[in-house]
Amino acid sequence: MKVYVPMDSAAKALGADDVMEALIKAAAESGQTVEIIRTGTRGMIWLEPLVEVETGGVRLGFGPAIPEDAATILDGTNAKALGPVDELDWMKRQTRLTFARVGVIDPLSLDDYRAHGGLSGLRRALGLTGQEIVDEVKASGLRGRGGAGFPTGIKWQTVHDAGAPQKYIVCNADEGDSGTFADRMIMEGDPFTLIEGMTIAGLGVGATKGYVYLRSEYPDAIKVMRRAVDIARASGVLGADVLGSGCAFDMEIRVGAGAYVCGEETSLLNSLEGKRGVVRAKPPLPALEGFLGRPTVVNNVISLATVPVIFEKGAQHYADFGLGRSRGTVTLQIAGNVARGGLFETAFGISLGDVVNDLGGGSASGRPVKAVQVGGPLGAYMPVSKFDAALGYEELDAEGGLLGHAGLVVFDDTADMLGMARFAMEFCAVESCGKCTPCRIGAVRGVETIDRIAQGDADALPLLTDLCETMKDGSLCALGGFTPLPVMSAVTHFPGDFARSKEAAE
Amino acid sequence: MKDFIIPPLDDRDMGTPARTGEAVTLTIDGFEVKVPEGTSVMRAAAEVGISVPKLCASDNLEAFGSCRLCAVEIEGRRGTPASCTTPVAAGMVVDTQSAKVRKLRKGVMELYISDHPLDCLTCSANGDCELQDMAGAVGLRDVRYTAPEGGGLANHFTARDTSGQANPEWLPKDDSNPYFTYDPSKCIVCSRCVRACEEVQGTFALTITGRGFDSRVSAGDSSADFLTSDCVSCGACVQACPTATLQEKSVIEMGTPDRSVVTTCAYCGVGCNFKAEMQGDQVVRMVPYKHGKANRGHSCVKGRFAYGYAKHKDRILNPMIRDTIDQPWREVSWDEALSFAANRMRGLQDTYGKKSVGVITSSRCTNEETYLVQKLTRAVFGNNNTDTCARVCHSPTGYGLGQTFGASAGTQDFDSVEHTDVAIVIGANPTDGHPVFASRLKKRLRAGAKLIVIDPRRIDLVKSAHVEAAHHLPLKPGTNVAVVTALAHVIVTEGLMDEDFIRDRCDWDEFQTYADFVSAPRHSPEAIELLTNVPAAELRAAARTFAAGGNGAIYYGLGVTEHSQGSTTVMAIANLAMLTGNIGRKGVGVNPLRGQNNVQGSCDMGSFPHELPGYRHVKNTDVRDVFKEAWGVEIDPEPGLRIPNMLDAAVDGTFKGLYCQGEDILQSDPDTKHVAAGLAAMECVIVHDLFLNETANYAHVFLPGSTFLEKDGTFTNAERRINRVRRVMAPRNGYADWEVTQLLANAMGAEWAYTHPSQIMDEIAATTPSFAGVDYALLEEKGSVQWPCNEDRPEGTPLMHVDGFVRGKGRFIVTEYVATDEKTGPRFPLLLTTGRILSQYNVGAQTRRTDNVVWHEEDLLEIHPHDAENRGLKDGDWVRLASRSGETTLRATVTDKVSPGVVYTTFHHPDTQANVITTDYSDWATNCPEYKVTAVQVGASNGPTDWQEDYAEQAARARRILPAAE
Repeated sequence: MKVYVPMDSAAKALGADDVMEALIKAAAESGQTVEIIRTGTRGMIWLEPLVEVETGGVRLGFGPAIPEDAATILDGTNAKALGPVDELDWMKRQTRLTFARVGVIDPLSLDDYRAHGGLSGLRRALGLTGQEIVDEVKASGLRGRGGAGFPTGIKWQTVHDAGAPQKYIVCNADEGDSGTFADRMIMEGDPFTLIEGMTIAGLGVGATKGYVYLRSEYPDAIKVMRRAVDIARASGVLGADVLGSGCAFDMEIRVGAGAYVCGEETSLLNSLEGKRGVVRAKPPLPALEGFLGRPTVVNNVISLATVPVIFEKGAQHYADFGLGRSRGTVTLQIAGNVARGGLFETAFGISLGDVVNDLGGGSASGRPVKAVQVGGPLGAYMPVSKFDAALGYEELDAEGGLLGHAGLVVFDDTADMLGMARFAMEFCAVESCGKCTPCRIGAVRGVETIDRIAQGDADALPLLTDLCETMKDGSLCALGGFTPLPVMSAVTHFPGDFARSKEAAE
Repeated sequence: MKDFIIPPLDDRDMGTPARTGEAVTLTIDGFEVKVPEGTSVMRAAAEVGISVPKLCASDNLEAFGSCRLCAVEIEGRRGTPASCTTPVAAGMVVDTQSAKVRKLRKGVMELYISDHPLDCLTCSANGDCELQDMAGAVGLRDVRYTAPEGGGLANHFTARDTSGQANPEWLPKDDSNPYFTYDPSKCIVCSRCVRACEEVQGTFALTITGRGFDSRVSAGDSSADFLTSDCVSCGACVQACPTATLQEKSVIEMGTPDRSVVTTCAYCGVGCNFKAEMQGDQVVRMVPYKHGKANRGHSCVKGRFAYGYAKHKDRILNPMIRDTIDQPWREVSWDEALSFAANRMRGLQDTYGKKSVGVITSSRCTNEETYLVQKLTRAVFGNNNTDTCARVCHSPTGYGLGQTFGASAGTQDFDSVEHTDVAIVIGANPTDGHPVFASRLKKRLRAGAKLIVIDPRRIDLVKSAHVEAAHHLPLKPGTNVAVVTALAHVIVTEGLMDEDFIRDRCDWDEFQTYADFVSAPRHSPEAIELLTNVPAAELRAAARTFAAGGNGAIYYGLGVTEHSQGSTTVMAIANLAMLTGNIGRKGVGVNPLRGQNNVQGSCDMGSFPHELPGYRHVKNTDVRDVFKEAWGVEIDPEPGLRIPNMLDAAVDGTFKGLYCQGEDILQSDPDTKHVAAGLAAMECVIVHDLFLNETANYAHVFLPGSTFLEKDGTFTNAERRINRVRRVMAPRNGYADWEVTQLLANAMGAEWAYTHPSQIMDEIAATTPSFAGVDYALLEEKGSVQWPCNEDRPEGTPLMHVDGFVRGKGRFIVTEYVATDEKTGPRFPLLLTTGRILSQYNVGAQTRRTDNVVWHEEDLLEIHPHDAENRGLKDGDWVRLASRSGETTLRATVTDKVSPGVVYTTFHHPDTQANVITTDYSDWATNCPEYKVTAVQVGASNGPTDWQEDYAEQAARARRILPAAE
């Protein structure tokens, strides 16, 4: 009997390891031969630990499991039986392209990976010229999933066209946004897809060396990625002769040191070079003068991990999904005060309200939803009145929002939006690299000014508005530049939370 | 903006560095401007006179983009890009004054000022503060940020908050550096200091620690202060600082200057231009001059800060005489001193003959002064007994380059290094000896040029922050010729030479002879490995790197010249440059790093006993006739005495009188005991100096000298650049040095009537072809010129031998290695070599009388751990250093910078008297002493030697001064 238990760190945090041990024990006691396979997560975090038992080629789910469920799971009598996992509503409604294998395969089995379509994109890319590879990515409409949404193919084209003795592919795996976890999930659940994507990128632009800049807060992902790189190298996927093609590409996993700002691409490059993680002014673009001053593709994990499926199924297949200029799928990460949190991959265009209320099932507390922060700590707080907004880069922007890395954090009506605005400023103050003045001093003044608003100081709100304008127009990078977005969205959509009178404060 | 200074030239800060490239036309605020591609919008604006507000930008640093004041709007582009980091594009339309950017600038300034103490009126940068200027420029009228009730307004400038709680963000002032302070409370974290330390100086001593609001400038980790950090006190950070955060202590004490005068540093041969910033006749500070062509706005700790010796209490301001050297000095009037001196010198000549007296010219004094001193001996004394301190440093350079190329000087300007692809540094330690050049070289190395170091010591250039030599050949002292010849062997035998260049530019027959010679197996790296201790494979690799590496430049110092084969090594270097075709264009050449500010000039001015000004031999009648015509006297056709010959003759009783200007031969020349004996045997020693130096202990007349701040004139640096020295204050001793020499000459019957050094320069130009086009008007106009400057080259000559060698065809000279007679043996098993340290200069007469002593209180003996272990020596132990010439004691520092078998020390302190140890061996061609190789023994010691004690006692006795007669 094959039993699948996730080794994703979210599942582990919810007790997956204990459940696995209980399963082994129960199997021994009942004399059953059980093969336990560790997988990534299916993304339904409210069901974790989600144990799957393969019966007649069908994987039946049980969850959320606790160790005491082990025996009944194995004999099929457990009351938490969910039926075939693929048939669950959450799974059926998704379009899993990037995450197709996550939760399904053993992340570190290259055979499993191959059996589920892995490496076919790379094999196809090996038959193309660099320019053809870049053209394919352009045709797919893939845009940077890290948050900026810059067309990936155009970035690759710049690096492709740059003449240099050495070019690099750098994967930004410094996933620091609150409420986001897609990068981690795919690195823990399907690491070879990232390796394959980076290799295709290398072939496309003429880079022979790649780095994954992975945050230190992800020890499991670091372990899995390092092991996967070793396996890929040993199997000839990486190295001087990629899949026997004569083309070279190799990569390393580098671990960050805990600075949020190192998720900003130029800080990341500085950190990767061993320097202080401060933002570099652009130009020069990293595509022309990036890692060690050489042309460098810096892409988010999801962008790169989506490349294999584009080459496997063709750019058009990918581009056929989506809305407007947002092509393909979005990997939504639903978190916060929400009944059903997790990862949901779907074509761009789903409405915010559908995600929060339908998929997420409203707040976990059962109280009315007040706001959703979309796009991480630098994203806007979207009120319920904006729930019709479609999730696409331009569509959300038109509503004053920011799709970012597609993380959604849900708040119920007990949330104090002045407190959330203060938190946004405080976050910026704590994480600022300190290079540019609007962010370095402005964020600290922002906290103080919001405190004055809380005390009912009538002069403080116009000052906060001016400060946000200075930070937005003057900051060197998105940290200082976008902090005004959550602050001002809170001020704009929830004016009541900011209308404190002196007496009330005292 | 430094609004209190009336700049002599436009030294506006253009914001970002100049670029070269295709011209691009754009429009800024309606004005069309054409600038090179790659220029920033900020600089383009400055070109049409539009100053975009800025705080973190400076045109000697790459754009950084942190202050955000310089935001502009550009048609068709989103947002408000920083003009410093945005390059121009054709057709770009820029608005530097839109309502949006005006508001943004005000918003940013409001943030800055919310974290800055508003003590402008009492601030040391008052009137010299860019933050103040920018607050004015953007029209900031109100700072609205205030503390919330019950909380504080986070800041870095109050030590305690209103409730008396310590402010954790506040840091105390660091005044550990003797010359400047670091006041964190004034810091705006623009990173200009950090970037200057990295990009301009190349030391990487400063960094920003912390992040966000906690970002602080720090000299290393938080436990380090500026003095204990890697900081070399070059002053680049102080100059870069827009506020009072990094501020000269002299400005804090005196206030801001009201005028400035451009002049030239009187320390090393780099010849940096400085602005002496003044209040009346008081120097407030020396600031490296942006348009100085040698230094391009950079400086080192000596030129920038160590000028205080001019006011040191030891300075002698009144003439003094005495009958014998065991008497105390007697202060007298100038008249009495001069007639005493004149009578004695004339008396000696009457008794012992015309040639019994002579002069030593100074490499520290101006060209005009040096010219007058040699004129004194030639025209007034009537002999050629003139020599100069170049004898003991770069005389082999003059000889070697004269023989091979036909001109006794370096071939390049310092700007040339910006085009170098591979540099050889041999026998030089630029980071200590020629720091500003070192910074320029390091900048080029960081940009990718390769470096080959040939030196017994692991000098800082071998490996320091972001600089690493591709090859270090740690040769045994005294084996330069073998190593350089072996490099040529590899190049010739492996066919790496530039045959086209050689055929075209050099004498092909001589090359054939040379090629046969150098190809002999005895010159192979393998054959010399045992002799030189240089691994053959490394030497071969270095030769290939140099030959095939693109533009190759060779920089060398006294580690080349101060050897028994000094001249041979210079010729070997010249051979190497010709062999590889590295002569006659930018980025290449043979570049002697001159020791003293005017050593090039003193040689040019005819200081040598066999040469009249312009390196023309005294035996040539036509040359003598030129001076006979000009001076109205016959010139002796016989060469005179060199310094060592003068001393020998003195001991023999035939040389009796010496006028020594601005040189301390007792401390700086080799074999101190012999020098002392020679001086003691003379009957009239006239010392003309700032201080009672060691030589003055044997003097009968002391004529007080003037500093470079007190006189007009010119210095010629290592690039042959004639730089102006300008008087910023009256001579404290009453006369400039050229006036003193003139007074002495006239006291002896000459009738000189110079009223300004420019007249002396006119005489030099009239008599010396390579200076024919030089006059003060041209120097005013151009700032400086490099000789030759004449009808053919009216604006001077940055690069020599461009179309052909001065002598016609370049001449290869066979360079056979001959081991020095100075050999190690059982009694003296180690080799001593000597050098210089950054903070001190030469015999230290000037730098020891400044706060530079905090970095180097005493000379130390560097010894390898193995050699120290064998002798039971520890770091800091007193050790006895002995050679066959003498012995001294000093403290040891145990370091693997030196190889086993080699010890090293400096000669900055008279208490050490390192030259008691050095021998009388010298260069075969020029008598340049073999300072760099002395066989020595080192052992434990309890303290000073008898010699040191005797010497100290004699010196104290000799320096007694009687109170002036009422």
